[in-house]
Amino acid sequence: MRDLTSRALDTATALGATYADVRVVRRLEESITIKSGRVEGVAGGESEGFGVRVIVGGAWGFAASHRLTTAEADRVAAEAVRIARASATAIRTPVVLDGRPPATGRYETPVLEDPFAVPLDRKIADLHAADRALNAVKGIAWTESLYGARREWKTFAASDGSYTQQVITHVGAGLEANAIDGDEHQRRSYPDNGGGWASAGYEHVRTMDLQGTAERVASEAVELLTAPTLPAGTRTVILHPSQLYMQVHESCGHPTELDRAFGTEASYAGTSFLSPDMLGSFRYGSDLCDIVADATVPGGLGSFGWDDEGVAAQQVPLIKEGIFVGYLSSRETAPRIGRDSGGAMRADGWNRIPLIRMTNVNLLPKPGMTFDDIVADTDDGLLFDTCRSWSIDDRRLNFQFATEVCREVKGGKLGRLYRNATYTGITHELWRSMDAVGDASSWRMWGTPNCGKGEPGQAGHVGHGVSGARFRNVRVGVMG
Amino acid sequence: MSGADAIGGNPEAALRLAEEVVRQAGAAGAGEAEVLVVAGDSALTRFANSEIHQNVASSEVFVNLRFAQGRRVAVASSGRVDPDGIRALVERAADITRNVEELEDWAGLPEAGRAEPIAAAWSEGTDGASPELRAEGVRAVIAAADEAGVTAFGSFSTDAEAVAVASSKGISAAERRTSSQLLVVTMGPDDGTGYAEQVAVDATRIDAATIGREAAERAHSSANPVDLAPGDYPVVLGHYAVVDLVDMLGYLGFSALAVAEDRSFWEAGKRVASPLVTIIDDASDPAGLPAAFDAEGVPKQRLRLLEAGVCRDLAFDAQTAARSGRVSTGHGLPAPNTYGPFPTNMVMAAGDASMDELVGGLDRGLLVTRFHYTNPVHSKKVIITGMTRDGTFLVEGGRVVGPVRNLRFTMSYLDALANVEAVSRERRCIRGFMGASVVPAIRLSSFSFTGATAAG
Repeated sequence: MRDLTSRALDTATALGATYADVRVVRRLEESITIKSGRVEGVAGGESEGFGVRVIVGGAWGFAASHRLTTAEADRVAAEAVRIARASATAIRTPVVLDGRPPATGRYETPVLEDPFAVPLDRKIADLHAADRALNAVKGIAWTESLYGARREWKTFAASDGSYTQQVITHVGAGLEANAIDGDEHQRRSYPDNGGGWASAGYEHVRTMDLQGTAERVASEAVELLTAPTLPAGTRTVILHPSQLYMQVHESCGHPTELDRAFGTEASYAGTSFLSPDMLGSFRYGSDLCDIVADATVPGGLGSFGWDDEGVAAQQVPLIKEGIFVGYLSSRETAPRIGRDSGGAMRADGWNRIPLIRMTNVNLLPKPGMTFDDIVADTDDGLLFDTCRSWSIDDRRLNFQFATEVCREVKGGKLGRLYRNATYTGITHELWRSMDAVGDASSWRMWGTPNCGKGEPGQAGHVGHGVSGARFRNVRVGVMG
Repeated sequence: MSGADAIGGNPEAALRLAEEVVRQAGAAGAGEAEVLVVAGDSALTRFANSEIHQNVASSEVFVNLRFAQGRRVAVASSGRVDPDGIRALVERAADITRNVEELEDWAGLPEAGRAEPIAAAWSEGTDGASPELRAEGVRAVIAAADEAGVTAFGSFSTDAEAVAVASSKGISAAERRTSSQLLVVTMGPDDGTGYAEQVAVDATRIDAATIGREAAERAHSSANPVDLAPGDYPVVLGHYAVVDLVDMLGYLGFSALAVAEDRSFWEAGKRVASPLVTIIDDASDPAGLPAAFDAEGVPKQRLRLLEAGVCRDLAFDAQTAARSGRVSTGHGLPAPNTYGPFPTNMVMAAGDASMDELVGGLDRGLLVTRFHYTNPVHSKKVIITGMTRDGTFLVEGGRVVGPVRNLRFTMSYLDALANVEAVSRERRCIRGFMGASVVPAIRLSSFSFTGATAAG
């Protein structure tokens, strides 16, 4: 491997690059999908290649190839330099990187049970058992049960002498039950829409107890068919962790990406209402709102040893006691606000450049109330559970979510079920209205394996730790 | 600009590779085998704040093997084309097949059909596009933005690929395809934003200066937007907004599997839209991004998805077709595909109105440039929420009177299309979820805006 990385770096430097890095990535993937008892898809995938990133004349260039030869390393490095020279014809501010020390070492996701070593027939049988339990519930139209695993072997080398090797393993699984009556289609999923993902081994799947949970999930899907639609109004809202993590993702994770704040994602996903001049003074949320980007937390999809620029995993406060204090950042963007990179640059494979991505953006738990205490403490409210639909504007202010389930809370007890539940609002108005956050007993990591960003498109794996929270005066029941 | 092993952009080489993998799969015990090879070169120059900030290129290959032993079916894919990589691919597929149970209704791989390559799918101009050509286009956009006093953001991409499918059933299809896209977002100093986009098979036909000017003028005219109360308004949806309606119908409804699973609005002969709305899927239309065959190597048929507002045809792949006693319409996606077939080349019929006439028909309403971050709230009813973006204008007495702040909408796209009262003559090819769609602008008698964002 060193032959290839050294060759790429030497060639790039010889051709005029003032900085170069190269990532060699091999990715192994496996997926199983069972639909209504039928093993619909079993697939195994492998991909490998390398990408060379250079700075020439203060401008970026990147080229990548699937051919792992030293001759190709020469060709790709030269192509990256040529591309950077073309970039240099249309720049206004030369790229300057922070001065992080060279990175060296090795990191591996802690895995108790290697998912790729578990026999395929065992994994299919586990999923089948859960899918059968879903289908045993009367009134279910169709079901889908899924399993997936991904492992990446990633070598990073840079012209400053950095050389790191990482093995990252992610595993996910989940259930989905669909009930249909006329034009009413209700879905219930577990543990999350698209499955529950973690940085872990197959032990993560075992802890979900898919089979043991299936009957409840399917029964709720059927029950939703006859539930009333949530009426419009302004209500107290409790967000279950399965929904709260998506609220954090869309309304805190994305707007604290520093590249968005600088406009460099404007052409695709948009910008951010959080501008650097608001650092340290803008009240983003209530005093209970402490949000940290933490790439070191066990089990998170955003956990690693180093990011894809060779910056060590770290904890970066984003919101402290409700005040906006930090960004997810890179070696290029952080110096522009007088800081060092927070280590948030990751690429979706060898053929993509690293972008600022969420690591694990976590709403910290608060001692004092369990999640059940929050429900018990709520006289008149609604509990929203499991994200079904999400949308937010290009500055990350105006959001609207739909959840699979919504339950009334009356006198501290869970009541009737509502279907097609939505809530909507403005980011900082919602977070400022938060008056209760669950303690550590319900706090755990959730994962998003499909966070879209960048051109060409990249799907990021990011994590969120949450425990559940309550918000006041939220507009609900918007169905057009 | 294909790489060293000359598969990228070379359909004959891609087909030879596919055939070799089919042969090796047969030797490994496959009763049936199908191989999809996609090999090509992609490049994208990205700009923001009126400068290039990202600039990338990659040579990639994707080999997807569907391997069947009787009714046991597996899929394996690889980005490796060296002998060891191919051997590993075949072994992985064979191993999976040994561990899966039989699919009771497995209908076998599709039978061979004749898919003639479409010459219009390929452009030497795109295949030869250089980083210098893309940078030149970006500089033209930036110049237009500078002239208007706004800032430019966007990307200019070029893609050239060879696609081949071979199977033990005799499928042998190969063609080369190119595409190019320039999209531009512009921002002015007084909260004005604009957008413009061009998609073409031939990158040298991308008119960067014109696209840059269109986006810049829109940012200029949307400066200093004012608040507008949400509510139901008549609207004109520009081309960039209409593509989302067409795409969502394809995503949620025009698939035979979606209908079989009862998650689609589609019912044969049912009226779901205005008689002015006709949507076909036509992969041979040179106004779009043509393709001769799907990921199963089946020739693409022309589908009348909505004819004068009435549901007519559905997209089928080999498996959904077999379950229905039909033949595939050539709308299969790469295996394993549990979501079902997908129309990737939708074309909405033109009307007879100019843009001025569309806007002129609004007594008091809104002109919407495009939608942002749309997502289904209720899939079967096609209720979608999203935001307007990059130019939303109040129209009174048939004339644009000024910009308004972005609005959130929550609306059934079927209800929206039922409200269509005029369609533009001019159509544009715009990139969608998958592939690209050719769409007009439309005027609707009512559209539901459900939220607003205050200044800040």
